[in-house]
Amino acid sequence: MTDEPLLRVSALSKFYGSRVGCENVTFDLWPGEVLAVVGESGSGKTTLLNCLSTRLLPSSGTASYRMRDGQWRELYRMSEAERRFLMRTDWGFVHQNPADGLRMTVSAGANVGERLMAVGDRHYGRIRATAVDWLSRVEIDEDRIDDEPRAFSGGMRQRLQIARNLVTGPRLVFMDEPTGGLDVSVQARLLDLLRRLVTDLGLAAIVVTHDLAVARLLSQRMMVMKDGRVVESGLTDRVLDDPRAPYTQLLVSSILQV
Amino acid sequence: MATPLVVSDVAKSFTMHLRDGVTLPVVAGVSFSIRTGECAVLGGPSGAGKSSILKMLYGNYAVDEGQIIVQHGNGLIDLASATPRTVLAIRRQTIGYVSQFLRTVPRVSALDVVAEPLVERGEDREAARAKARSLLAQLNLPEKLWALPPATFSGGEQQRVNIARGFITEHPILLLDEPTASLDAKNRDVVVELIAAKKAAGVALLGIFHDLDVRDAVADRVIDVTAFATGKVAA
Amino acid sequence: MTDIATYNFAYLDEQTKRMIRRAILKGIAIPGYQVPFASREMPMPYGWGTGGVQVTASIIGPDDVLKVIDQGADDTTNAVSIRAFFKKVAKVAVTTETAKATIIQTRHRIPEQPLTAGQVLVFQVPIPEPLRFLEPRETETRKMHALEEYGLMHVKLYEDIARHGRIATTYAYPVKVEGRYVMDPSPTPKFDNPKMHRSPALQLFGAGREKRIYAVPPFTGVVSLDFEDHPFEVQTFDQPCALCGAENVYLDEVILDDHGGHMFVCSDTDHCEKRRGDPTSSSWGDRAEGAGGADGQSSPSSTPIPALRADPPHNGEGKEAE
Repeated sequence: MTDEPLLRVSALSKFYGSRVGCENVTFDLWPGEVLAVVGESGSGKTTLLNCLSTRLLPSSGTASYRMRDGQWRELYRMSEAERRFLMRTDWGFVHQNPADGLRMTVSAGANVGERLMAVGDRHYGRIRATAVDWLSRVEIDEDRIDDEPRAFSGGMRQRLQIARNLVTGPRLVFMDEPTGGLDVSVQARLLDLLRRLVTDLGLAAIVVTHDLAVARLLSQRMMVMKDGRVVESGLTDRVLDDPRAPYTQLLVSSILQV
Repeated sequence: MATPLVVSDVAKSFTMHLRDGVTLPVVAGVSFSIRTGECAVLGGPSGAGKSSILKMLYGNYAVDEGQIIVQHGNGLIDLASATPRTVLAIRRQTIGYVSQFLRTVPRVSALDVVAEPLVERGEDREAARAKARSLLAQLNLPEKLWALPPATFSGGEQQRVNIARGFITEHPILLLDEPTASLDAKNRDVVVELIAAKKAAGVALLGIFHDLDVRDAVADRVIDVTAFATGKVAA
Repeated sequence: MTDIATYNFAYLDEQTKRMIRRAILKGIAIPGYQVPFASREMPMPYGWGTGGVQVTASIIGPDDVLKVIDQGADDTTNAVSIRAFFKKVAKVAVTTETAKATIIQTRHRIPEQPLTAGQVLVFQVPIPEPLRFLEPRETETRKMHALEEYGLMHVKLYEDIARHGRIATTYAYPVKVEGRYVMDPSPTPKFDNPKMHRSPALQLFGAGREKRIYAVPPFTGVVSLDFEDHPFEVQTFDQPCALCGAENVYLDEVILDDHGGHMFVCSDTDHCEKRRGDPTSSSWGDRAEGAGGADGQSSPSSTPIPALRADPPHNGEGKEAE
């Protein structure tokens, strides 16, 4: 681990008119660290994620990112071209609904290869070999490489989306409810896969979820949001085992025991 | 003799916001230190706050007051006020923890559950697995279970996986939360041996043992937690 | 002047032509960039070349000689109709001879005979956006052009190779213009792509329904996209034209009977006729040259040209449609 963070977020706020999307969010994220953002729907966690991933411009506040060359850049002052380049090289975004993150009408192989082609790889054989490798890493059979994701199950689609994002070796991945809408057994497999990939690749990730079990399994740190504000943050197991804010206590006490 | 862990004037209470903000004090004025090569045991009746103290020392519970000074690398760090990132580094390098219950991860084999802390510390995966095998063998976990995820194991089997996971690394400080609770006599003896080996290696150990035989076998001294009682008994 | 059935020269009013010329100039200034323009309703349905016709109408002058081809042929309905249209509304000379034409409006072919400086090739374009089939959002494709994000274009070619073992796109094969904009060359066979590269002629593209104009100025680099290990190749034919014996030209398959009889002949009818010394070819040209004479000296001012009427056919016009 380096001594410098990867992402520095300071007093980030997003208002929709007079309504608060998220307010005054401040944190640092280090390389290889997984931060879970939890809260119920409407708590502002998705707004925060969209601001951080520059899909949405905040009303105020700053976020700086340490580029691969070590330079710090303010995300909201970057040109759109730079931001988009960042989005498809050094960042990933895993949507809750795989259809939002995949091209449903092109093959699995092309879905994985798109980012490589976008950064200028023009060798078909090499692109395909990389796609095969990544499909196996997300446990998709090689013989599905030419199938369209439309023919895939929900879990497979989600794994394909992950492969598509990770193929360029990003350093930061945003995930919006990555296991939402999946069967429990499919969810478990996906979580295990994500956990392994994150560890093996040393990825930093910001995972938005309403599922505290997902947060515990994937993240080391956690922020609890309510009404757009961070009400509690800290080590994931500390927040879950010794919740201090009233809202966190409510959340934790609401978990169903199996 | 070095003192890698010094606890001074630590206090802990729980505020139950769902119960009209009632505050449940747990412990206060907790002060002790652990030296290398010794095994100290937290003593006192159930509910006296032994487990809470252990959890604070691991950063799992927040600390209201006081300091927990840990020798981390070449420096001293106050765990009570450390950032999450520092706590994680301390857990990775300095303080190991064997919890009462194993928190299992779906689809990960017992062998990999045990090997994981070593891999996290940068050890080669195969080397870590080899070490995990020998530990699981020592703890008499049937070999046919090694490749299975421990979620469906019995309490005793899970506990052994948990112990192996805690003992596999060479953390200079090791916290043990009732590691022998659901073990039979034979495996309790194995744990006693493992603890003795850690002591010989200069590890500072702090544990909770309800089993008096084990406690007598491993404890160099007992820290009486009732001395830190706040008058009320924690939930 | 009060005759309501009188059209302006080349059908469009002068303001419209100026607007379209501006779009053309902008297109020439930014090779391969799709310039939006206020496409007009034309007296023909979309898909019949309304974009090409508007471009031609905006650049044509009384001295121009117009050739119109449809899939390489001068004698198909579309080509004949458009030629007749301009003969009627601009009274220009028409020809089928590539060399004699100053403006060639084309649907889906580039003539076999190399074009020369001063000639203008006007393409009819159905869907100008090469990224459209992969990215349906216009806002997004515009951004992708602006930021030169063309990885998606290769996704399409990748899919071809994955499915067919080779790049199976045979027409509307995407090109990169002067190292910058990726462009759809309209549904011409990829056989014609190399002809676009550094062509001495000006190439203009009009999409009427989609309201876009783009251009490749003379001597501009036009490179077909490909992969290092699957380089761009044009179609080859294993036999020459059954009529003129030409090789290395683009051939059409012609079905001769109901028993599977067929032959391959030049798609470029003018080229084929020339090679065969077909007399009809020169007669086309002769007549065309003559026809331009009458109003040939009219100045391209904004004054409507009174002689052009919608209904009565001009001399010789009836013959052409035969």
